[in-house]
Amino acid sequence: MAKIVVDVMLKPEILDPQGNAVASALPRLGFSFAKSVRQGKRFEIEIDGEPTPAQLAEVEKAAEVLLSNPVIENYVVRVEK
Amino acid sequence: MRVGVITFPGTLDDRDAARAVVVGGAEAVSLWHGDADLKNVDAVILPGGFSYGDYLRCGAISRFAPVMQLVIEAANKGMPVLGICNGFQVLCESHLLPGALTRNSDLHFLCRDQEIEITNNQTAWTGSFELGEQIVIPLKNGEGSFQCDDQTLAMLEGEGRVIARYVGENPNGSRNLIAGITNAKGNVVGLMPHPEHAINELTGPSAQGLGFFTSILNAMVK
Repeated sequence: MAKIVVDVMLKPEILDPQGNAVASALPRLGFSFAKSVRQGKRFEIEIDGEPTPAQLAEVEKAAEVLLSNPVIENYVVRVEK
Repeated sequence: MRVGVITFPGTLDDRDAARAVVVGGAEAVSLWHGDADLKNVDAVILPGGFSYGDYLRCGAISRFAPVMQLVIEAANKGMPVLGICNGFQVLCESHLLPGALTRNSDLHFLCRDQEIEITNNQTAWTGSFELGEQIVIPLKNGEGSFQCDDQTLAMLEGEGRVIARYVGENPNGSRNLIAGITNAKGNVVGLMPHPEHAINELTGPSAQGLGFFTSILNAMVK
C-alpha cells in the first residue's frame, strides 16, 4: 500500500488571514521564531500497491479539478514511502 | 415567467429567495441539487447557505451536483443565473464567474446591514436600479472576500463587470470593494450580500433588495 500526498497552499499573492492569525498568536505564547506563517491543506490518499504513472496523472487531475482551486491555490502531488 | 431556486444540502436561504421571486412578480420553482432537471425554468437562483457543509472549499462540491451541469450549460447559452453568497461561491467554483471568495480578512463571520452601490445596471439582474444607486441589504458570511489576480481585476474593471461595491469601510477585504460581478454577457451575476432578505421593511433593513427580482422580469419581457 502506498500513500499519495497532495499539499494545497494559497498562492503567495493571496491574503491568508488564518496564517496571519497563527503568526500573531505565536509570539503571545513566547515563540519568537516566525517571520510569517501560511496555512494550507494536506490530503493523504491511500492506494493499493505502488502508484503507476497513470494513477499519479489521475491524482494530478483530481488535484486540479477538485482538491484545489487553481484561481487561488497551488498544489504539489508526491508519493510518501 | 418561471425562476428556479436550487436547494443543496445545507442551503439556508432558498425559501426567502423563492418568496422574493414571487413578490417580484414571477413564479418560483423549487429545484433539487440531485435532479438533472431544470423543469423548464427561464432563470435560476443559487441561494445562500452552506451547501455540502462548505466542505473542502465553499461551493467546491456543489459545483459537481447533477443540477449544476445543466445550470452551467444553460448559463453558457445565455440563461440568467443569480448566485447569492454561497451561490456566488458556487458560480466562481463553476468558472461561470472569475475569481474566488476567501476568508474574511478579519476572520470574523459578519452579519450586518450593508450599504452597497450599484455600479452596473445593464445586467439581467440589476436593470431595475439606477446607476450609482445606493441600497442597504444584509451581508452575512464568513468567506466573502473577493480575490483574483491583477489581470482579472483589470479586466473586470475595464469591462464594467463589477455590478456592486461596498460603500464605506471594506467589510471583508474584497479587492476594490467588490460586492458583486457579472460575466461578459451580463446574464450571470454573483453577489455577496443578500437582496432576498430585504424585500419588506417589516423583516429587513429595507425593501431595496427587491430590485434584483424585478430586474429579471423586465429583462425577460424585453
